[in-house]
Amino acid sequence: MMTTQPFLSRPAWGVVVAALLCTSVLAPLLHLVVPEGSVFHLSDYALGLTAKIMCYAICALAIDLIWGFTGILSLGHGLFFALGGYAMGMGLMREIGREGNYKSDLPDFMVFLDWKEMPWHWAWSDSFALQMLLAVAVPGLLAWVFGYFAFRSRIKGVYFSIITQAMTFAAMLLFFRNETGFGGNNGFTDFKRILDIPIATPNMRMVLFVLTSLTLLSFFLLGRWLVNAKFGRVLQAVRDAETRVMFSGYNPIGYKLTIWTISAMMCGVAGALYVPQVGIINPSEMSPANSIEIAIWAAVGGRATLIGPIVGAFIVNGAKSWLTVTYPEFWLYFLGALFIGVTLYLPDGVVGLVKKLKGMKGVAK
Amino acid sequence: MTPELLEQGAKRAEARAAALAARAGQTESGGRSAGIGRVVQDGEVDVTHGRILYLEDVHVSFDGFKAINGLSLDIAPGELRCIIGPNGAGKTTMMDIITGKTRPNSGTVFFGSTIDLLRYTEPEIAQLGIGRKFQKPTVFEQLTVFENLELALHTNKGVKSSMFFRLDSAQGDRLAEVLHTIHLADSVGRQAGNLSHGQKQWLEIGMLLMQEPKLLLLDEPVAGMTDEETERTAELFLTLKGKHSLMVVEHDMSFIRTISDIVTVLCDGSVLAQGTLDQVQSDERVIEVYLGR
Repeated sequence: MMTTQPFLSRPAWGVVVAALLCTSVLAPLLHLVVPEGSVFHLSDYALGLTAKIMCYAICALAIDLIWGFTGILSLGHGLFFALGGYAMGMGLMREIGREGNYKSDLPDFMVFLDWKEMPWHWAWSDSFALQMLLAVAVPGLLAWVFGYFAFRSRIKGVYFSIITQAMTFAAMLLFFRNETGFGGNNGFTDFKRILDIPIATPNMRMVLFVLTSLTLLSFFLLGRWLVNAKFGRVLQAVRDAETRVMFSGYNPIGYKLTIWTISAMMCGVAGALYVPQVGIINPSEMSPANSIEIAIWAAVGGRATLIGPIVGAFIVNGAKSWLTVTYPEFWLYFLGALFIGVTLYLPDGVVGLVKKLKGMKGVAK
Repeated sequence: MTPELLEQGAKRAEARAAALAARAGQTESGGRSAGIGRVVQDGEVDVTHGRILYLEDVHVSFDGFKAINGLSLDIAPGELRCIIGPNGAGKTTMMDIITGKTRPNSGTVFFGSTIDLLRYTEPEIAQLGIGRKFQKPTVFEQLTVFENLELALHTNKGVKSSMFFRLDSAQGDRLAEVLHTIHLADSVGRQAGNLSHGQKQWLEIGMLLMQEPKLLLLDEPVAGMTDEETERTAELFLTLKGKHSLMVVEHDMSFIRTISDIVTVLCDGSVLAQGTLDQVQSDERVIEVYLGR
């Protein structure tokens, strides 16, 4: 009889531990201890960029669970990311206190709109912990309600993708309005403190960086646990032959809804980590193009591999920040070429390519 | 109460027990008493009336086309029933109705005497004990043979129990037994997508067996199989007969001749004829629908 797969192979555990050491020991040392002139110094820019890409990688990982493993392509994950970001942003706005331009208890944009008191949905904003709860709960709840109706009506394939795309677009229009109470098209910015600690210090940046990397790692392990369990095999079965799943006695709605909600909550956490590090959140984060990009990272890295989407997020965003600085005019051409190349020659992404090369080597031996 | 009366009562009870024992196995329900005044057991299929599946006057139409038109049909526990009929006779639609995929416009569909199948969804019906094989073999191609069978295993199929599921030794034995039955023991670690067509058919049948169904609906189970595979399938079905009830839709007449007792001919959404294969083959109306008029 066949033995069950190990949770992670030994080399894979090695990579996990190495990643942990790199991000939580090596990076702080290089950034904080090594002096600025040294070649080994990790600059603010590199640190910030890596942290940002790690947030994106969480989104790519989340979309891999729902798209790669379950076969449901969401083009609305940017919304969950932005909602998590907005929840964090609300908490940060309140921590500005009276140091805003208008020296008021209310956030600046409310004073500007001549509002006299906080709208109802800001009720929890003076508690950082409650805002963090919202950063997970709002995307989760929205995903659950949306998913419940969509999956119950057996909406599938491209129709589902289009509806998720419409959902994030509609939310963007809503958040652009000043009346919605989220700062309109300016969104939230000019954050001063997080938990009463100044936000723009090297130490704070480092703490956020380490937190992000730990979150990414633990989400990777969570994802690995989910797909390694029988639960994960049911998800893949839903992707490959949903009717057979039903006639085997599984109700696919519960499975889809569970993974869809988990995936949305992961994006919410990523958004909450992203906002204090980039210092701004506005409705453009909800633009349809952002959600499409998330799916692209997963496709480039390799779907249904968990590690692939993380690699993909680093490759695409790394290339983006390098090319937009050095050859800004070539970035879009490169992006286009990348997509065509991946679609034509790398259906299983970069990870698929690596596996194939390894396989060839094995045969040659 | 006097001693004589007690004695008489005891004698009557003895006589009844003896009569029941003598009758055992002679009726289709195994000689048990009728389901009068018994409490409905949740999830138990009540076959005391000698019928495991019961369709009466079922009608379905798709945009005015009457796919099923007054279909009445019943199957006894342990029976192997073959269904034949020309294309468009409603064979697959009938299976869709029984398994909850299609809702009839009118009519009743009962599983045993107590379970009204029209009230349940596809997964619920599968869990009640009705397994279905599709015309085109449908297995989980990206998963291994082992994983395919493991997913089909009869167990709690909720989300939470799937997250914490571990195969226990009894279930492992069951899986090994089914693997042996479907002759795939050597391919246990292979990806289902890489199996041959006939092997996929077998794997799907194996998945049905893992579900421990009381009633199996098999839509063209030997389509695309080699002669040898067909022969083995016939053997398998004959061993299943008695333990499970089977409903087999097939076009392969020699296969039907090997396995069938009673054949039902469907035409235009209702039963045209029923009897042994020889009887229906000599029936004028059957010849007419098959050979054209």
